[in-house]
Amino acid sequence: MAVYEQTYKPYSGKLTPEWSRFLIIPRHAFRAVFNSKLFTAFYVICFLPLLVEAILIYLHHNFTALTIFQTNARQLIPIDGSFFETFVIIQGCIGFFVALLVGPPLVSRDLRNNALPLYLCRPFSRTEYVMGKMSVLLILLSWITWIPQLLMFLFQSYLEGFAWFRSNLWIANGILIASLVWILLLALLSQTVSALLKWRIVASGAMLGLVFIPSVFAGIVNFIFQTRYANVISLFALMGNVTAGLFGTFDRVAGRVQITDFNDNVIREIVLIEPPLWLCWAALFVFSAVCLAILHWKVKAYEVVR
Amino acid sequence: MIDLHGLSVSFGRRSILKNLRGDLRGKAIGLLGPNGAGKTTLIHTLLGFHPPSSGTAQIFGLDISAQAKQIRALIGYMPERDSFIAKMSAVHFVRLMGELSGLPSEAALERAHEALFYVGLGEARYRRLETYSLGMKQLAKLAQAIVHGPRLIFLDEPTNGLDPPARLRMIKLIREIRDSGYAHIVLSSHLLLDVEECCDEILILRDGQIAVYCNLEEERKSNRKFLMLETRGDQTKFVKALQGLGCEYAVSSANRLKIVLQEGVEVRDLYRIAEQEDVQLRRLSYKRDSLEDIFLKAMENGYGGL
Repeated sequence: MAVYEQTYKPYSGKLTPEWSRFLIIPRHAFRAVFNSKLFTAFYVICFLPLLVEAILIYLHHNFTALTIFQTNARQLIPIDGSFFETFVIIQGCIGFFVALLVGPPLVSRDLRNNALPLYLCRPFSRTEYVMGKMSVLLILLSWITWIPQLLMFLFQSYLEGFAWFRSNLWIANGILIASLVWILLLALLSQTVSALLKWRIVASGAMLGLVFIPSVFAGIVNFIFQTRYANVISLFALMGNVTAGLFGTFDRVAGRVQITDFNDNVIREIVLIEPPLWLCWAALFVFSAVCLAILHWKVKAYEVVR
Repeated sequence: MIDLHGLSVSFGRRSILKNLRGDLRGKAIGLLGPNGAGKTTLIHTLLGFHPPSSGTAQIFGLDISAQAKQIRALIGYMPERDSFIAKMSAVHFVRLMGELSGLPSEAALERAHEALFYVGLGEARYRRLETYSLGMKQLAKLAQAIVHGPRLIFLDEPTNGLDPPARLRMIKLIREIRDSGYAHIVLSSHLLLDVEECCDEILILRDGQIAVYCNLEEERKSNRKFLMLETRGDQTKFVKALQGLGCEYAVSSANRLKIVLQEGVEVRDLYRIAEQEDVQLRRLSYKRDSLEDIFLKAMENGYGGL
């Protein structure tokens, strides 16, 4: 159908493989996302902690630099599981704000403009649609979480030697799984909120509320009942426990509270126990299942009035 | 092209389509019916948006439930409601739709330009869709429906809200697509004139059942009892002879007559009388039913079926 011919003709060329079609959505979405200079600037800033991380790793192995700063490697933060865990958590928190900016309009905009029938009348399923929309966030967040963290791990391994790499491979495992679980949860949460609420601002507010309100509520319950079990409703706390578990730093004893009389004599000591790791994983699984169920219910070409 | 095998669709307890049966083969089929007759539901079911509650349908020999994806690759759909993807230029939007239909990126871009030129939006193709007038949005919807060169195009109320020149343009495009011979068209509309101008077959739905499915031209001719005659000679004698046969008549001018033939009276009887009374029959034509007549008859009569 050339322009000059101005007639209707069918397409007889090659078609793209079906499995790859969900990636069309992120490709087009990135164009819109990076159209905003403000977001682009923010996304660049997201890499700053990684720069700090790289500098710290580099300093550990650069004697000239240590001499200039008149310090030694022992005084610097040790490069171990906790070091990488800290940066995984920092990048995860930054990732939350990226998800907050990018996620809410992804589905809500389509719902508001009745665009779903246009997607779903093509050889493109609802699952592919959700995968495509989620992969916008998954790709954006991967670039600031597990991909650079693994590169840092390789950088440290390169400077420290193969023996360190071999004996600390579990750290790479922790980086990968903790980051993937977190970005998957963020993508699911933002898509779910986006599918439920048609307006971007409301969706962003709801996402913020869904993460922070249960955390605050869990904090209050924990304080009143002197426990840590209420953390099962806090996404941040759950993720913190799961991450600690993956990096081998998880301790169920979160703290001790001593109850004293007026003479400061200890009457009773309460041990604050975190929920077990299996329960944290189960809570995250239930959370994901609920999000998927909502997406399954909401992402349809047309709402049917029964 | 579309085979309906007892297709029924229910939303909860509400039965929308009831046991539709038939074999739709027309080049352009007009889908007619009063509000709530099930026109849009039928299109949506054929697109795979609603699962059949019983029965099934086949499009180009492919089952709508089991082979929905393959079917959608062959179909273009122009929805009734305003549907677009926000913050996109028309060419970007149509290109995305082409890619989702399986076209490689470059081919989709090329065909997006061509489709937009074809529908008459060539000059406005870089403008954002939000800035388009209603008529332009309708044309953009048509462009996305044809960008991948489908073999069957569902057009749901394509002239809704268009001013007369825009409506004429839309009708012209639909006729051109029909006449190209590459694509079948199913046109759902409340406007009988649109259907009359574009379609060769009509399917009239009433209360979710097929009231009439017919070839428009044949149906128009089927009312063979109402004749219009042009005579030369002494009409009075001829009219008296007609009365003798029991035919009702009306004299519209000196040499023109309208006749309703009685049972048992054939056209050859008219020629016999004319010969006896020395009257020339210069013209004899059947009064053709308009689509409105056919539609109203379908609404009055019981279910005709196929």
